[in-house]
Amino acid sequence: MTQPRMPIESGVPDHFQYMHPVMRKNYGQWDWHERPRPGVLHHVAKSGDSVWTVRAGTQRQMDVYTIRKLCDIADQYAEGHVRFTIRSNIEFMVSDEKKVAPLIEALEKNGFPIGGTGNSVSMISHTQGWLHCDIPASDASGAVKSLMDELHHEFTHEEMPNRVRITTSCCQINCGGQGDIAINIQHTKPPKINHDLVANVCERPSVVARCPVAAIRPAMVNGKPSLEVDEKKCICCGACFPPCPPMQINDPEHSKFAIWVGGKNSNARSKPTFHKLVAAGIPNNPPRWPEVGAVVKKILRVYKEDARDWERIGEWVERIGWPRFFELTELPFTKYHVDSWRGARHSLNASAHIRF
Amino acid sequence: MTKKMHDTPMLDQLESGPWPSFVTGLKRLAKDKDMMVDLLGQLEYSYKTRLGYWKGGTASVIGYGGGVIPRFSEVADRFPESKEFHTLRIMPPPGMHYNTDILRKFCDIWEKHGSGLIALHGQSGDIMFQGCTTEKVQEAFDEINELGFDMGGAGPSVRTSMSCVGHARCEHSCYDEGRAHRSVLNNFTDDLHRPALPYKFKFKYSGCANDCMNSIQRSDMAIIGTWRDDIQVKQDEVKKFVKAKGRKYVIDNVVTRCPTQCLSLNDDDTLAIDNRNCVKCMHCINVMTKALSPGKDRGATILVGGKRTLKIGDLMGTVIVPFMKLESDEDFEKLVELGRNIIDFWAENGLEHERCGEMIERIGLANFLEGIGLDIDPAMLANPRTNPFIRMDDWDDEAAKWKARKTG
Ligand code: HEM
Ligand code: SF4
Ligand code: SF4
Ligand code: SF4
Ligand code: SF4
Repeated sequence: MTQPRMPIESGVPDHFQYMHPVMRKNYGQWDWHERPRPGVLHHVAKSGDSVWTVRAGTQRQMDVYTIRKLCDIADQYAEGHVRFTIRSNIEFMVSDEKKVAPLIEALEKNGFPIGGTGNSVSMISHTQGWLHCDIPASDASGAVKSLMDELHHEFTHEEMPNRVRITTSCCQINCGGQGDIAINIQHTKPPKINHDLVANVCERPSVVARCPVAAIRPAMVNGKPSLEVDEKKCICCGACFPPCPPMQINDPEHSKFAIWVGGKNSNARSKPTFHKLVAAGIPNNPPRWPEVGAVVKKILRVYKEDARDWERIGEWVERIGWPRFFELTELPFTKYHVDSWRGARHSLNASAHIRF
Repeated sequence: MTKKMHDTPMLDQLESGPWPSFVTGLKRLAKDKDMMVDLLGQLEYSYKTRLGYWKGGTASVIGYGGGVIPRFSEVADRFPESKEFHTLRIMPPPGMHYNTDILRKFCDIWEKHGSGLIALHGQSGDIMFQGCTTEKVQEAFDEINELGFDMGGAGPSVRTSMSCVGHARCEHSCYDEGRAHRSVLNNFTDDLHRPALPYKFKFKYSGCANDCMNSIQRSDMAIIGTWRDDIQVKQDEVKKFVKAKGRKYVIDNVVTRCPTQCLSLNDDDTLAIDNRNCVKCMHCINVMTKALSPGKDRGATILVGGKRTLKIGDLMGTVIVPFMKLESDEDFEKLVELGRNIIDFWAENGLEHERCGEMIERIGLANFLEGIGLDIDPAMLANPRTNPFIRMDDWDDEAAKWKARKTG
């Protein structure tokens, strides 16, 4: 037996070795850009050099054949360099405008939609779901595939008032992050505890410490050390499940989708905001989740009709007010929309500002 | 392949429609890989029962404590070939640039040792090589590592980082994101590979306030490009823009959308800017890409403590450095040092499973700043306190410090 190979602790690789040569040459020296059509960016450097970027949607979790296909396209129609965006779109860079149209044609012929730039609905950033995570109440790739099928036109066109960035998460931990629209599944029932297993599997003090509302207590059940949950306090967050799988939180029927709007990461115009709850109780219906798609499309339709240029969803709602938002979208407004967590009173209306 | 495909009536429905289908990809892999036959079977079973069936465990490579996400199936009796389906998190280059040569090499390695399924990329930026058996993890990693790629973060550690395309292609970029990303992260490889912190710690880099990396909300330390002199204006381009779009468009969409009302359209169709009140929000520059650009005195604003939900609710990052120059070697060293001070202080004072932002909430920003040796600044606040419940015995000393800083 030879010595085990120790890792080369090389850290973050140097990006210049993979970067398109025009980008490398003009690094930090760009002057302006325009969008000749949806899915295409044209950047001009101070040197006068230009680079055209063609952005295409992918399924994010790709098989090697898909990646090789994208590489073939990059070699044949682009210049052998690509990059990926934070939303798993792929970008091909070319230094000659004449290469743009054939590249688009090749991508479209192979089923990759061109878009995701400017005021479009870009690819939905998503999480792991049933394909890989250990606490998902739903799938991520499937829900996103279904939605992107429905939003295909909005990806390939720039018809929204401003950009729309959607995220999904398959539990409330929300690895998918904030979005103009965030589609997150929400547990609605406290964990079901398999008391026979707790003592063997769970480090009880650390499970107790995980609970954000102190609903978990150590207890003896059937003569064995276990845990119990004060179901009145429990907010069904699922945080106790990863360190203690016998506290099953997933529930095929009672885990429901909730939809949140108005998250914004950019500082443009208004400060960044978190997304806010607008709809819940939406069933978890694979393989196409039609009820989720219906709500998202309705919100998008109203936003598209009613918002002004450059208003993000949250800024538009700020302007028209939440009562009007619920009126226009016809979504039910319930006591669950009223925040009850710490700092909640900051979200109440302490003024006589009311629209009628 | 030897194994017969399972019936997947629900997943089959995800093959129709215009968006690229991951199911079609999984099926192509299943032609050569029994592991993927059973993976599809398990996924279909999840779709049918609406439950997930993965549980954690341990899998790692020699020398590192984290970076392999172990997944064991709870329904291995039905789907034995995919009973182990681990993920390797691998750090991408800044800006996620690749050439086809390196991508093809990834494919070859993953076809040989893994399932053939690669996610480009996860939500923290990692290239996720999904689907590996415990036995193959080491060989797969060795080959990826030989290509110059290293394991990403997982567990209570510094995590993989992300930076925007910035300097490589974006004229808005106010500092070299790639350099900052590599300078900082490559100083923390030990904290990244050997989890020993209270919880996760993420750095994210955006070249301007558009924050394409969503770093204020999603990272423990956000480095956002900005400038502190005047916006650069090409007045002839402003005039052309007004001519093309009309005065009303410019007034409605540029002038009145400025959050601090520092824009005004002059009678001769040039733009007047009250730069002292500009908050560098990027809006006007986004609209008039040719006419306006960030100033010349560029650097970054640094915010600390952003995170999502668990355990005390969502937190945005808080400004702790309103402006840091990021040009010279020393500037980048200072950035690394700041990251180091923050992580050291948090490692010392954070509770188990407590993110940096939660610790700041618990101990107060003033104590945190004192702990890492930074002075307070009014730019760190949305507004000064509104409640009087505090002892202010040392008011005079503190006021004297402020005066000394102003004159010194
Ligand atoms: C238990 C199993 C979990 C799995 C399998 C999982 C999976 C993932 C994956 C694959 C990513 C992307 C990683 C990357 O790109 O490198 C991610 C990101 C993330 N995870 Fe998780 N996660 C888990 C638990 C958690 C928990 C407990 C939290 C928080 C309390 C959490 C919060 C997040 C957040 C906020 C992100 C996105 C971070 C960002 O934007 O940088 N996850 N998760
Ligand atoms: S959102 Fe929840 S279920 Fe989905 S990947 Fe993250 S932790 Fe797992
Ligand atoms: S689900 Fe959340 S709130 Fe309920 S007991 Fe578990 S940790 Fe506590
Ligand atoms: S964050 Fe700013 S500099 Fe970076 S890519 Fe986005 S717009 Fe450009
Ligand atoms: S960058 Fe923002 S704050 Fe500054 S002038 Fe432009 S719109 Fe106003």
